[in-house]
Amino acid sequence: MGNFQLTDSFKNFKVPPGLIGPLLITAVVVAAHLSFGILDGWKKFAVALGVAVITESVLHKIVTGKWRNLSSAYISGNSAGILVRSPMIWPFALCAAISIASKYVFRFRDTHIWNPTNFGIVVMLIIASDSMAVLSIQWGSNMWAMLVIWLVGFLVISKVKLFHICAVYMVSFFAFAWVRSVYSGGLFLAEVAPITGPMYQLFVLFMITDPKTTVSTKNGRMIVAFLIALVEMFFRLGEAVYAPFYALFIVGPIALIIDKLWQERQANVAVNSET
Amino acid sequence: MTSEVRNKIIVTLIFLILISIPFGMKKYEEFTSDHFDANMEMAIDRYGFFLEDVTESAGVNFIHRRVTVDDKLSHILPQISSVGASVSVVDFNNDGLPDFYLTNSEFGELNALYKNMGDGTFVDVAAEMGIADLNIPGQGASMGSVWGDFNNSGYEDLFLYRWGRPELFRNESGEGFTRVTEEAGFPDYVNANTALWLDYNGNGYLDLFIGGYYHEDVNLFELASTQMMPDSYEYATNGGLNYLFENQGDGTFVDVSERVGLQETRRWTLAAAAADINDSGFPDIILANDYGVDEIFINRNGESFFNTGQEAGLGFVPKSGMSVSIGDVMNQNSFAIYITNISEAGVLMQGNNLWVPARQISEEIPRFRNLAGNMGVEIGEWGYAGRFIDLNNSGNLDLYVANGYVSAEPDTDYWYDYARVVGGNRAVIIDANNWPAMNNRTFSGYQTNKIWLNDGAGRFREVARSVGGDLNLDSRSVAYADFFGTGSLDLIVANQHQPAKIYRNHPKPKHNWIGFQLQGTKSNRSAIGATVILHRGDSITRAFVSGGDAFSSQSQRAVHFGLGDRTDVDKVEIRWPSGTVQFVDGLELNQYHKITEASE
Repeated sequence: MGNFQLTDSFKNFKVPPGLIGPLLITAVVVAAHLSFGILDGWKKFAVALGVAVITESVLHKIVTGKWRNLSSAYISGNSAGILVRSPMIWPFALCAAISIASKYVFRFRDTHIWNPTNFGIVVMLIIASDSMAVLSIQWGSNMWAMLVIWLVGFLVISKVKLFHICAVYMVSFFAFAWVRSVYSGGLFLAEVAPITGPMYQLFVLFMITDPKTTVSTKNGRMIVAFLIALVEMFFRLGEAVYAPFYALFIVGPIALIIDKLWQERQANVAVNSET
Repeated sequence: MTSEVRNKIIVTLIFLILISIPFGMKKYEEFTSDHFDANMEMAIDRYGFFLEDVTESAGVNFIHRRVTVDDKLSHILPQISSVGASVSVVDFNNDGLPDFYLTNSEFGELNALYKNMGDGTFVDVAAEMGIADLNIPGQGASMGSVWGDFNNSGYEDLFLYRWGRPELFRNESGEGFTRVTEEAGFPDYVNANTALWLDYNGNGYLDLFIGGYYHEDVNLFELASTQMMPDSYEYATNGGLNYLFENQGDGTFVDVSERVGLQETRRWTLAAAAADINDSGFPDIILANDYGVDEIFINRNGESFFNTGQEAGLGFVPKSGMSVSIGDVMNQNSFAIYITNISEAGVLMQGNNLWVPARQISEEIPRFRNLAGNMGVEIGEWGYAGRFIDLNNSGNLDLYVANGYVSAEPDTDYWYDYARVVGGNRAVIIDANNWPAMNNRTFSGYQTNKIWLNDGAGRFREVARSVGGDLNLDSRSVAYADFFGTGSLDLIVANQHQPAKIYRNHPKPKHNWIGFQLQGTKSNRSAIGATVILHRGDSITRAFVSGGDAFSSQSQRAVHFGLGDRTDVDKVEIRWPSGTVQFVDGLELNQYHKITEASE
């Protein structure tokens, strides 16, 4: 009887949606670091995580007077801890702090418009490029490890019904890689090589699918994913190493603002037609 | 003002403060720096030395030329053939004056042995000595050289490592060299970029370590497959084997690499150094590996080695190890290790590592902490040789760091293409065909070498621009010696596909120094591996006789200590490779002392 109850409750157990992101990124970090030592060290990672959580707590308290759920800060701190590459500690802390602070400064219709880590990374590349870089190499040379991370990531993303964003972006990336190779006369393999790296895993699985900074409709999200890949192509033609971050930095907020305005317009039209 | 607006202002202010932090740090650094353009008088007064470029007046007109490899690699030739400019110091004719040997690489180009004439000039005698024409198709392209008296004859012999067949030349009483490679029994082909002499078993004969970079099956001049690049940028497992050849004492060497545990990994070894870092009485080997983690091989009683890189603290975070230098940088009677890596603003920030001794894990295994950031010697650029050297005889080891990869067409950059391919999976990165063509683009080129001056209190200050040493060629190998007999350490820098440079050091006259020219009896005659411990007041510091270190370099055999304003030393302890410990006192300052190993 007891066993039956346990099995039954296990079957009925569902991970709360808010915890899926934190659990996924924790799994990726732990597995990748234990396998390949991908972090610059636990100390730097912990600093990024700690600063993200503290900044979120303090700023939210200042703005609303209340404490808030820290899962979003946890993901941002993890992302900063993985993506920032620097022999110094302060870029990890600063990137995490800027990422979180951006959420409270750049808002439109009461919501933040940049993916926090995307904002933090791009700003850090502008203001502190002589002290940091962004993860752009492989986690080991094992193809299977890469495929497993993609597979698990896609399964989890499917659970929250955002896989279409990843699919459109990746198909677009490959298509534009072909366009670039034709345009520049370069090798197609060299053009697609970056997407086999962990930078893109984090970008695709955590940044462009961030529910808070994606638009409201499925079609809209797919169009935005396509536009990100398109803008990225131009950055790549300009030889920007971190092209996807710049593309999302530009396309993301514009899309979100247009989406909000469109929603308002639709609401107004609905109200007017009712009256 | 509503509380909402007030809170918004507070948050915005916090944000503005955050994004202004890097700007503020830069401004503070500028404010506290006291750089000035090269000026001998000011430099000596403020920093205690000045480096004068005397290349022309010294008669050194050597230009390195990179080797041309198989046509299948021609699209990335500058990065494949990015090494080979090397320098090693030797007194080949025992006249008491340090000479030096420079390697060239392109087939048909000559290596040079510059004989010190004692009047501030040098003459290339390599051809008449029989060690010039050594870049030959089918045989190999020179990558570097190390000198050691392998037969204890009293004259230093030459080991030349190449991409190709390594060569050993016996010194015939300083009057010429005889090739003895066949008798020695070295392998037919190694893509070696480092080698060093050491007496690993303390039997009185110098053994030889050779580090492999590309896999030894890859003939770079007749390429069978383009799948010869690293299989990962940071976790590569397809590099060349490392070798240890045990000197049998009869002119032959036996390959003991596998037996002693030096062939357990296939990393891409670019540099090596050996010193007794755990006071066991036997030399340990430290390896700087490109595309992976660095390694420390602890010598177990002269019988075998075990890799303790991770336990020791320096074998976990993979970087691009380019050079190893060992020195007592904190004057605490223990060795620190400096390893250069790659830092390129905004693209790849590895940072150099200064591994300073921390608590011992056990009697056998030392432990190190990376204090490069704390001490201010972390951010170089595309580093090659990083060498400890007391430039101002202050008694504190400074650092000279060579920087710069490929200087080609100005205002062009290969980094974007490079970053694309090295970020790719194994299937992409391993094949040279997938590497975009360089098309004469610059790749971390036109970078300036760094000279970090040790203040003796745990911080270094970069002073190259002010002391006359801000060389911006593609420097690779750096060696020092007291070439001009002034009691200061002069520098020679070998530059890739560019002219070599020699710098005369003008130190502060008031600074004292003391040096030791050691000669082994029971130990190898070159005394390579001997540790010299200097007791001066309440401070004890140590140095050692090196058989090759940094990147493709070897400096003067004599051990040199700057003493600053100190006017005496209490005593000197010499730990010979044989195990003999010898004490010497009552020594005069400001001269080199010849010390022969005590027979008892």
